[in-house]
Amino acid sequence: MTGDIAWVELARLVQAHLLLSGCAVLAAILVGLPLAILAAHDRRLRVPLLGIISLLQTIPGLALLALFYPLLLLLGRETGWPIPALGFLPALLALGVYALLPVVRNGVAALHGIDPALIEAADGLGMNRPQKLLLVELPLGAPVILAGVRTAAIWTIGTATLATTIGQPSLGDLIFSGLQTEDWRRVLIGCVAAAALAILVDTMLALIEAGVARRSRVRLGAGLALLIAALGITLAPLPDGQASTERLVVIGAKNFSEQYILAQLIEDRLRAAGYRTQRRDNLGSAIAYRALAAGEIGVYVDYAGTLWSNVLHRTDAPDAATMLRTLAEELDRQDKVRVLGPLGFENAYAFVMTRAQAQALDISTLDDLARAAPRLRLGTDLEFLSRPEWQAVERLYHPAFRTMRRYSPTFMYRALADSSVDVISAFSSDGRIVALDLVTLGDPRGALPRYDALLLLSSTAATDSRLVIALQPLIGAIPIEHMRAANWLVDRDETKRTPAEAARWLNEEIRRAR
Amino acid sequence: MPIIDFAQVSKYYGGQPVLDGISLSIAAGSFVALVGASGAGKTTLLKVVNRLVDIDSGTVAVNGQDVVSQPAVTLRRTIGYVFQGIGLFPHMTVAENIWLVPRLAGLKISGREARVAALLDMVSLPVELADRYPGQLSGGQAQRVGFARALAAGPAIMLMDEPFGALDPVTRGDIGPAYRSLHERMGLTSLLVTHDMAEALILADRVIILAEGRILADMTPHELVRARTNPAISAMVDAARASAARLEALARET
Repeated sequence: MTGDIAWVELARLVQAHLLLSGCAVLAAILVGLPLAILAAHDRRLRVPLLGIISLLQTIPGLALLALFYPLLLLLGRETGWPIPALGFLPALLALGVYALLPVVRNGVAALHGIDPALIEAADGLGMNRPQKLLLVELPLGAPVILAGVRTAAIWTIGTATLATTIGQPSLGDLIFSGLQTEDWRRVLIGCVAAAALAILVDTMLALIEAGVARRSRVRLGAGLALLIAALGITLAPLPDGQASTERLVVIGAKNFSEQYILAQLIEDRLRAAGYRTQRRDNLGSAIAYRALAAGEIGVYVDYAGTLWSNVLHRTDAPDAATMLRTLAEELDRQDKVRVLGPLGFENAYAFVMTRAQAQALDISTLDDLARAAPRLRLGTDLEFLSRPEWQAVERLYHPAFRTMRRYSPTFMYRALADSSVDVISAFSSDGRIVALDLVTLGDPRGALPRYDALLLLSSTAATDSRLVIALQPLIGAIPIEHMRAANWLVDRDETKRTPAEAARWLNEEIRRAR
Repeated sequence: MPIIDFAQVSKYYGGQPVLDGISLSIAAGSFVALVGASGAGKTTLLKVVNRLVDIDSGTVAVNGQDVVSQPAVTLRRTIGYVFQGIGLFPHMTVAENIWLVPRLAGLKISGREARVAALLDMVSLPVELADRYPGQLSGGQAQRVGFARALAAGPAIMLMDEPFGALDPVTRGDIGPAYRSLHERMGLTSLLVTHDMAEALILADRVIILAEGRILADMTPHELVRARTNPAISAMVDAARASAARLEALARET
């Protein structure tokens, strides 16, 4: 069985996707239309306004989504209001801003394009400003305004797939997690579903647009009926099999298989303990920790070295016990984040080569690697070269590689397998290390810190003793072999399993070990 | 008391006077034609009455009341306005177009059907047109609806800016006299801007010739045809008479 997708899951994602897109387009209309009306009548406003909105449009969708996170975080801190910086709100704002351009541009064009004779007639008959707007300008401009709304809706439905990265569920969940686990069926289903939604909504708005433009009651009626149907689908209650009276715990995950598996493992345990759960998958490294500190997620797994450098801004690499103790103290002091404990394995950055090439070049440590570096090509994940770990490697070993290229983690292994690169910055818990017969290079100068997987709880989750009891059995219960094997279940090409299945397998192993 | 009174009215566009100290009184019930070359100020003079144009100096009074003493929209709803562009709203039926000013004034829609039928009858259009959209009307029909719309609220004054300008000659010859008889029957005060001297001479009972923002002549059509004092005026009148004479001659030849 390869990555079957439950209908309920798909339906829930479609609902979330429609709700988010619909609200974003509605927000864009509510803000954009008044702006267009003001700008259409005032040249001094029109030019700068359209300029600014066009400029916002040039920001890549992913970046715009990511930018709203720190913005809202800052706003929440400055005002002291409980503003959620992850999930629906930032996604709504970013998509709303994105949808603004077609709404405003078409709005201005619509009001501008009205026959001057009709404006003269409206004035001559004695209409005041609101009457002129409601009786003449808006009805006559409606087809062009609606065309803008249509463009906005299609863009928004497409871009909403990116909302996954800031923790808002959408059809992008399928695309992103499918991409990470190389489950192409998930990717395809996500893409097809998003495209189908876009086509459906476009048809609906086209009907309404034609209905208004040609005063065709049939078209307008059909379009409005579709709109109501879409609303019904969006708001229809779905069975989630969860008791609604229980406390809700939000589980975070970064964007790779191991994180999906562990998040699922945590989720299964919490549900078994009677909690309602929600997932925020595909969070960026920095966002995940910030979200936990802000209480927007309650629990997730992070790695000692990541926290050490990104949160504590330390560059030294002490032994595991010192590191763990310092992290527990400092994270509690800084953010009231509780380190429940290490899971029992490390997912460290490790330089990895194929066994054949390592033997051929006689490389077993980073010192050997640095010597051979001018002839070698390095492949890394997207963030490694900007991380302090890489700076430490450069400082202590001075490697000068022939080329350095960044890949998303999955493609990084591919690149090594097909000899596009000679050495990669792999992760020590990766199942592919065993499966592809790769060797990890030693780090005699201690450039790479410990990356013990740690279970972290937000301040609220940490005070919930029932939750702590439910998760405590995971501490020290996952040896590296088990994690590698679980990862390999998901990452391999043949007889691939879903993260949920891998989590169940892992849970079974934990149970058996007790 | 004159129904419309202009006193020392001036209007400038970019420092150039379009109306240059015009003083003029118009008696209730009169039919006044404003003629002159393009840029003479005739349209501007018309539009200062319902404040589509605001003047720079002087006063304009309607019914003895300064036009700036009340909101422009209130003033406009009491004055009929018809112009060359007609300006029927394409998204409204003929009935909705005609009922606009009463609707703006807050009248109940229950009175619409009868009033629209009466107005359509007044401008000699069949009542079946009420449910059509402007796109389905001929040019002449559309302009008649334009008149009906202007008359809907029962104004005492009608301002008309080249209302027949876009119509074909046959329709034009038809609708002009039709309006003239409406004017008589309803006791309207009519101001007609036209560049067609013949039209002015035939329809109006007072013709005012404007040039460069001033009044060049202010006479009855009868006086104008006989006046020989100003060569510029004579030329305009003669041109109109000459074409009439040529037509007459042509008719005799056949």
